[in-house]
Amino acid sequence: MSPQQEIEMILARQLASYLVMPIFVVDPEGILVFYNEPAEPILGRRFEETGAMPMREWSTIFEPTDEAGVPIAPKELALAIALAEQRPAHRAFWIRGLDNVHRHIEATCLPLMGQAQRFLGAIAIFWEVEG
Amino acid sequence: MMHVTLWGTRGSLATPGPETARYGGNTSCVEVQGADGTVVILDAGTGVRRLGMALPRTLRRVDILLTHLHLDHLQGLGFFAPLYNPAMEVHIWGPASTTLSLQARLTRYMSPPLFPVRLREFPCTLHLHEVPRQAMAIGALTVTAGFVCHPGPTVGYRIAAAGTVLTYIPDHEPALGVPRFPGRREWTSGAMLAADADLLIHDAQYSAEEYPQHIGWGHSALPHTLAFATLTGVKHLVPFHHDPAHSDADLDRLMTQAIHVAEPAFAVTPGTEGATFDLRAPMAHGGAEGRR
Repeated sequence: MSPQQEIEMILARQLASYLVMPIFVVDPEGILVFYNEPAEPILGRRFEETGAMPMREWSTIFEPTDEAGVPIAPKELALAIALAEQRPAHRAFWIRGLDNVHRHIEATCLPLMGQAQRFLGAIAIFWEVEG
Repeated sequence: MMHVTLWGTRGSLATPGPETARYGGNTSCVEVQGADGTVVILDAGTGVRRLGMALPRTLRRVDILLTHLHLDHLQGLGFFAPLYNPAMEVHIWGPASTTLSLQARLTRYMSPPLFPVRLREFPCTLHLHEVPRQAMAIGALTVTAGFVCHPGPTVGYRIAAAGTVLTYIPDHEPALGVPRFPGRREWTSGAMLAADADLLIHDAQYSAEEYPQHIGWGHSALPHTLAFATLTGVKHLVPFHHDPAHSDADLDRLMTQAIHVAEPAFAVTPGTEGATFDLRAPMAHGGAEGRR
């Protein structure tokens, strides 16, 4: 039997599944344990198809670049910073999803700290920049 | 071996009266006795008053495990006789909040004007403990607490002894926000606590028809309870924490209907005040046997 996720992660997933902003939920190891339907265009695949994904996979699949088109290293992504340093992080970048659309994105990422200072993972909320 | 007695089965508010006499009107309280005489009490609803008077006079230590601090799980505490016995050692376990200790939270109720006696004034030797994240031993019982889906910090308990497991989750809404409940175990609140338990005592406050008006209130509809028990592979289910609005006749009807629809592969014994269950290792005696 799969171990049960922590209750805070379950609640984060439930909340994400009701929101229209694209959201990633990752565990302390950076495994993408859930992304909601609005996040599917970013990865170009449905969560039901992919299941959980390790960071090395999700962090490169959407080809993040800076404004000059220079690829962003996985560890420089805001979500990776939120995980590694257990602090909020925010960054704007460009992605090309599997639908081949070039998007200007901002990501706001928060570490998830449970009771007794348990580090549970992080969430990333994505915003598509208009214009 | 564990001997389990239900002293309070009602949810939310004590509901005495002739129409609730059989299922019971006292709020949540369950006694668990281990083979070595260890006594653990699950929640201190109004049922704990009678339990306090029924404990063996030779008992010198009792542990109260609170799932959370909603009043229906706490209201009997000040009337628990061992608290007034200088020879008794009483240990109270429960969850802290994100900002307040268990002691600070308990003191809000156990102090004037809500209650005349302060925590520090009880004559017994009183110890307060915030529930640990890891399993702990209380006599012959191994207790594991886990947070579950209910408003405010709330835990359920998994108690193991000599190859048998009791799980107690009296306030629980695992179906909250799940479009087609149940989903996978991995993403179901309380699943690890209840996994393969010999006896599961679980919230069943609402009927299927009532639940849509109470989404987010932290409780289960009876069909959810049956589905949760199926998902987690329990061997015997005790629906518990009955809604104050449900009479004995209502509960008889709701239980019969829900069990008929779900056709569970495990035993279901509706929680009635005074019911007892003996949990013995399957090899020896065949698991949980209920008596009403």
